[in-house]
Amino acid sequence: MALQSLDIVRRSATTTAPPGVRESYAGTVAKLIDTTKCIGCKACQVACMEWNDLRDEIGTNVGVYDNPPDLTEASWTVMRFAEYENPKGDLEWLIRKDGCMHCADPGCLKACPAPGAIVQYSNGIVDFHEENCIGCGYCITGCPFNIPRISKRDHKAYKCTLCSDRVAVGLEPACIKACPTGALVFGTKEDMKLHAAERVADLKSRGFEQAGLYDPPGVGGTHVMYVLHHADQPQLYAGLAPDPHISALVGLWKGVSKPIALAAMAFTVLAGFFHFVRVGRKEIDERDEAAGRQALEGAPQRSAPQRPGSAPETRNPDKRP
Amino acid sequence: MSDTERRATLVRYSSGERTNHWLVALGFVLAALSGLALFHPALFWLGNLFGGGPWTRILHPFLGLFMLIVFLPLAASVWGDNRMLPADWQWLRHLKDVVNNREEHLPEVGRYNAGQKLLFFVLGACMIGLLVSGVVIWRVYFSLYFPIGVIRLASLVHAVCAFVLICAILLHIYAAIWVKGSLHAMLRGTVTPGWAWKHHRAWFRQISHAAHPRTRPD
Repeated sequence: MALQSLDIVRRSATTTAPPGVRESYAGTVAKLIDTTKCIGCKACQVACMEWNDLRDEIGTNVGVYDNPPDLTEASWTVMRFAEYENPKGDLEWLIRKDGCMHCADPGCLKACPAPGAIVQYSNGIVDFHEENCIGCGYCITGCPFNIPRISKRDHKAYKCTLCSDRVAVGLEPACIKACPTGALVFGTKEDMKLHAAERVADLKSRGFEQAGLYDPPGVGGTHVMYVLHHADQPQLYAGLAPDPHISALVGLWKGVSKPIALAAMAFTVLAGFFHFVRVGRKEIDERDEAAGRQALEGAPQRSAPQRPGSAPETRNPDKRP
Repeated sequence: MSDTERRATLVRYSSGERTNHWLVALGFVLAALSGLALFHPALFWLGNLFGGGPWTRILHPFLGLFMLIVFLPLAASVWGDNRMLPADWQWLRHLKDVVNNREEHLPEVGRYNAGQKLLFFVLGACMIGLLVSGVVIWRVYFSLYFPIGVIRLASLVHAVCAFVLICAILLHIYAAIWVKGSLHAMLRGTVTPGWAWKHHRAWFRQISHAAHPRTRPD
């Protein structure tokens, strides 16, 4: 989604400041997903398909309600259904709308080697600019939530844009618009946190002691947040990461080690150049050639036929010059 | 014909060995340039040499495989001459003399010196590391078979191996400039008796002892 937006705070594989003269003075945005209100109707999935003109391949029923069973390049959000038997022996049907979390510290952007293929706007949205994408899949390697998917057709990476095109003109994302229960809410991140606090207080008053907001600090917070009944066990919700953060391996791979490695390579070249200047080449002088010739010629001749112009073929090993 | 060329009568590298070496060099240059494009944003422009970002991403693994495949016969042919001997460790202890062009205290060197041998092992290890990690991060064909933790580790291993390989090759290239006559040896195959006497005396004795020395007809 490329709109000239002038409100970019981070740009992949770019070491200078991106165009960011426009700022979000109203604050960053956030989508709040209240899993305690979600009925799993998938209207959000349909709205996403409709607004973004995406049609996934018709799949097959995999035995659970998840449909499609996973995120794909054409399914930027999917409902994940988890059955949880709580300590009281009751069944809880935990439904989570999965999709990009729009991290404040995005691992995809950190890992991306293509300048401008991933950007982060000042409103917090992390967006892929697929025309700059080279299809390497490093965003998948960097993502702590397993979100980006590479299309098998065009080999570009796709994911939820948080409807950056709609938000840019003051509309709420399509999924929010379609949600019939109010499980999806959109606004400034501050407002969403306040709203979530009310929801959490309400849930606690009704017996969900561990209810809470999922806004993981390991990735600097996210611009898609969850209200969870069991905020102490996010993994109950189809494996939501309890403490997501950019992997230390990715940090090492993409962090300060890269410029250091680059400098080390340049230093190797310079070291060679200055060695040449200070010490100079190893050259063969006349004495070496004389010694070499003498060693060859001093060798006793054998009867084996010699090719014309070839060096004498043997010498006495004991007769050192 | 220059003085050096006239005197260069000892065959050091056959035409087959030279061809093999330069094919590896070609593979290295192409794989390194395309890989560096993805290594750091400052070098992304190198991707233009290969037709842009997506083409660089498509070609790089094949260029790397090409380098590896042509490296195999080269490695097989020089394997025997690259075993580390006691004299090599002695040579390495005198590295300071080596670097400062003081040959007096150095042991006699065989077909390859300890630096060349170390280079050989570093190249071999890096190539193996690059192959294994490269397969894991080859998104189009193979990444789907590996868990994310393995892919992350492989990404790091690939970058580290490439970094070590590139630095080693930079040293190798400089050494070829430094030791006058080496480049001619790899381009035209021959060295002068003085060159062999000075830099690889044990090898020189070996070939001049042989009943059928490897010499070049004029």
